[in-house]
Amino acid sequence: MTAGAEARRRGRAGAAGAAAAGGRARIALTVNGERHDLLVAGYKTLLEVLREDLGLTGTKHGCELGECGACAVQADDAPVLSCLLLALECDGARITTVEGLARGPELSALQAAFADKGAAQCGYCTPGILVTAQALLDRNPHPTRQEITEALSGNLCRCTGYLQIFEAVEEAAGTGGARGTSPRRARGGRRPRKGVST
Amino acid sequence: MNVVGKARRRVDARAKVTGQTRFADDVVLPRMLYAKLLRSPHPHARLREVDATAASAAPGVVLVLTGADFPVAYGIMPVSQDEYALARDRVRYVGEPVAAVVAASEKEAADALARVRVSYESLATIGSPEEALERAEPRIHDYGEGPNVHRLAHFAFGDVEPALASADRVFEDLFFYEGNTHLPLEQHAAVAALDADGRLTLWSSTQTPHYVHRELARALELPAHRIRVIATPNGGGFGGKSDPFNHEIVVARAALATGRPVKITLTREEVFYAHRGRHPVLMRLRTGVKADGSIVAMDLETLLDGGAYGSYGAASTLYTGQLQTVTYHVPRYRFRGCRTFTNKPPCGPKRGHGTPQPRFAQEVQLDKIAVALGRDPADLRLQQIVPANSLTANWLKVGSIGLAACIERVVEGSTWRARRGRLPEGRGLGLACSSYLCGAGLPIYWNEMPHSGVQLQLDRSGRVTAFCGATEIGQGSDDVLAAIVAEVLGLEASDVRLVTGDTDLTPVDLGSYSSRVTLMMGNAAIQAAERAKALLAAAAARKLGVPVERLGFAERRVFDVEQPATGMSFQEAVVAAEVEHGTLGTTGSYRPPRSAARYRGGGVGPSAAYSYTAAVVEVEVDPGTGWVRVPKVWVAHDIGRVINPVLARGQVEGGVYMGLGETLMEEQAFRRLPPRLSPALVHRTPSILEYKSPTSLEMPEVITYFVEEPDPSGPFGAKEVGQGPLLPIAPAVANAIFDAVGVRVDEVPLAPDRVLRALAEKAKGREPRVGPTAFPDVPWPEALVVPPPWEGGDGKAANEKATSRDVLPTAHSGTAGVKV
Repeated sequence: MTAGAEARRRGRAGAAGAAAAGGRARIALTVNGERHDLLVAGYKTLLEVLREDLGLTGTKHGCELGECGACAVQADDAPVLSCLLLALECDGARITTVEGLARGPELSALQAAFADKGAAQCGYCTPGILVTAQALLDRNPHPTRQEITEALSGNLCRCTGYLQIFEAVEEAAGTGGARGTSPRRARGGRRPRKGVST
Repeated sequence: MNVVGKARRRVDARAKVTGQTRFADDVVLPRMLYAKLLRSPHPHARLREVDATAASAAPGVVLVLTGADFPVAYGIMPVSQDEYALARDRVRYVGEPVAAVVAASEKEAADALARVRVSYESLATIGSPEEALERAEPRIHDYGEGPNVHRLAHFAFGDVEPALASADRVFEDLFFYEGNTHLPLEQHAAVAALDADGRLTLWSSTQTPHYVHRELARALELPAHRIRVIATPNGGGFGGKSDPFNHEIVVARAALATGRPVKITLTREEVFYAHRGRHPVLMRLRTGVKADGSIVAMDLETLLDGGAYGSYGAASTLYTGQLQTVTYHVPRYRFRGCRTFTNKPPCGPKRGHGTPQPRFAQEVQLDKIAVALGRDPADLRLQQIVPANSLTANWLKVGSIGLAACIERVVEGSTWRARRGRLPEGRGLGLACSSYLCGAGLPIYWNEMPHSGVQLQLDRSGRVTAFCGATEIGQGSDDVLAAIVAEVLGLEASDVRLVTGDTDLTPVDLGSYSSRVTLMMGNAAIQAAERAKALLAAAAARKLGVPVERLGFAERRVFDVEQPATGMSFQEAVVAAEVEHGTLGTTGSYRPPRSAARYRGGGVGPSAAYSYTAAVVEVEVDPGTGWVRVPKVWVAHDIGRVINPVLARGQVEGGVYMGLGETLMEEQAFRRLPPRLSPALVHRTPSILEYKSPTSLEMPEVITYFVEEPDPSGPFGAKEVGQGPLLPIAPAVANAIFDAVGVRVDEVPLAPDRVLRALAEKAKGREPRVGPTAFPDVPWPEALVVPPPWEGGDGKAANEKATSRDVLPTAHSGTAGVKV
């Protein structure tokens, strides 16, 4: 996942500088469409700020090393590992967490497919996988099985053996059973949120 | 049936896909404090002094606890209560907690750990079972059956030596199965708090809230009714959250001491030290067969590396032998097992608990026998499957057995007969089978109470709530409970509200281990639901003027099955019943049948039913790198009856996945540093980064077949599916490697370096095998002689006066028989 590095490169030097002295800094995050003005400690990761300062506990700790993918969120529409990003680096970013996937009480197509296909067993890796898969569908609405497999290769799941997850993504994308390279592959597609059910 | 067997969204799916499932680390309470544990960097050391003065004065610190605060030992098995929440005078593995800091923030607690001054006197270490047997000093524990021997077992189910002497061929092999760990994505977490009445509540990611409840009462010296344990949904368990843990007891003590909520969440590295995972096991297996490959006798020795504490080890030791008899007919069987203490994190139960290792040995050896005798490995197995409704040599009662159908399905699906032995060099097929319990026949501590209880509450709103102590660890135990109640009452699963895993609110269920939940909770749920149905039916019959035996319950209605239009809604039936009977509530409970095994140690192995699995694995072996790729797996599982096909399939695929992980790459292995540098014995890979597990890229295609051979002991005939499908994977891969490149890797994991070494041996014209070459001398005790059923036995040992209480592993002096 390179978007984390991208967010860092973009640099929020002002806020980072303010906190470098060991104090706290003010940042603004737009999370699931809501703007939050926050005073955060310099050492805190985006994951910790989401969970502890904003109470959005849907995003999970799994390893704090960027290896398991449980903490994945979208930052400016790209999947990032929130355990590897300092909150200060995200000043001004648009963040989407698992709590932002449903539209009101209605599950997104991807969430509904995960529920129907048995893609969530214990559910601990599920938020990170949903966010990562949604990011894939946003840029590639009809991914092949191979593309899904590669997109999710940074997200560990110890329960399912992944196959029902792949099928759920395919179901949401309307590509169930597709193999090989999809001729319909397109970049920059709109988020497929229609056809939801609860 | 309207619910059972139908593909459904699981009842807790919505919570899981919206991120609303509340795991233990998601519990946040006002005024909450945070605990961190200081862990020993020494694998074995005497604790000279633990000085908390400086840490207590550190910013934000509210409390520092040391071993002195925990005078009472605890442990999951009554026979090995050898742990203290914080080490008192000795540490026995790297990562053992010696002090706890409780502070206003997690960071302040972590920072203050450095200010706890601990003076250690380093001791020599025991690094392997071989060392444990060789060396009486240093002695890790002052109990056990030898200086560093925790448990010894020796059973003779008939005299194997004359049988082996009469066999046409005797095969003797050595196998080794390395340890590995559960690696649940959720790190263990717990929150303790006092309620307004001063009673203690613990939320914890535990698979066994009832056992945690008991051990908290013991370790904290509090009456159990003053403690409430709530098992939060586990973010994966796989056996790794089945012990009562030191961190749970620490936060409970801290909440009692401070009056404030206290949370702890282990880091990933700490989870590797908490461990309780797969035991490394060295095995020697001698099997005598007739010319056609029929087994005449089997002689198995196992040597377990138990790590530093007892944990479930007394049971694990017996599980490395007891289930070897439930797949193929074994006329005579000898089993000897030995568990040693070493200076490593304790081993315990991981998916399959003690049985994947000997299953690997047995199924690989059967493959060797088939090759040696020129038999098809599938036929060799099919000809000697245990008959249904029979007793085994070690007195386990087998009920339904769909193993033959399982073998036939995977043989057909994989086109085994056309392709095995005929694929191009580098590609191969392997077959293996297995069996697993549907719940341990005995509880962890001796008692005659139910293993599972369900209460139902119904009221005039039409609401049905099921209360059960069963624990949702991702496997779908909540869904099974709702489905079974709904099936009996003619509702949808989503109509049933659930309260589970809460020792204050729910009747006891022993927990999510030993694949016991569907069978035991399911039977209790059926009983409670049938009782509720009888109350509703009696009232509805009177109101409708229809004989009660003509009433049906379906589609949320109660109706005359002969004239379905005559009926009422389910809610109207509840109202009628509430008028007639008053407030409505029923209970159900389940206790497994009495075992036929009445010898000491025979409490491990019996189960109300056994599931069966067969798998064919296809492999591609790269001769240049030794890398084994698995493109496809066919697996058939005798599940008795599928409750929810979506979840059942997920359990099979998850089991195949986890089996492949430990077969191909996962290792909880340790390294001794050069003595001139350090006496340390350290975990080689205590991080997800280095502990390699399969990703989406390594997952093969899996073709799953269910064989539904209903077992009269199971709810609607259902048996387990959570553990069995893992078991045949490792031997099937090993057998496939042989088919692909003609080498035997008798050592798990079947990692590239081992495959390469075996290929090198083959190239040099030597025996194309890699694996252990010696089994150390073990001071085996005298055998417990138990004649098999067909030799006139009665299930008791001939040379021991057994009582029903003795079927549990017996206690060493001083910690015997803890009763409730």
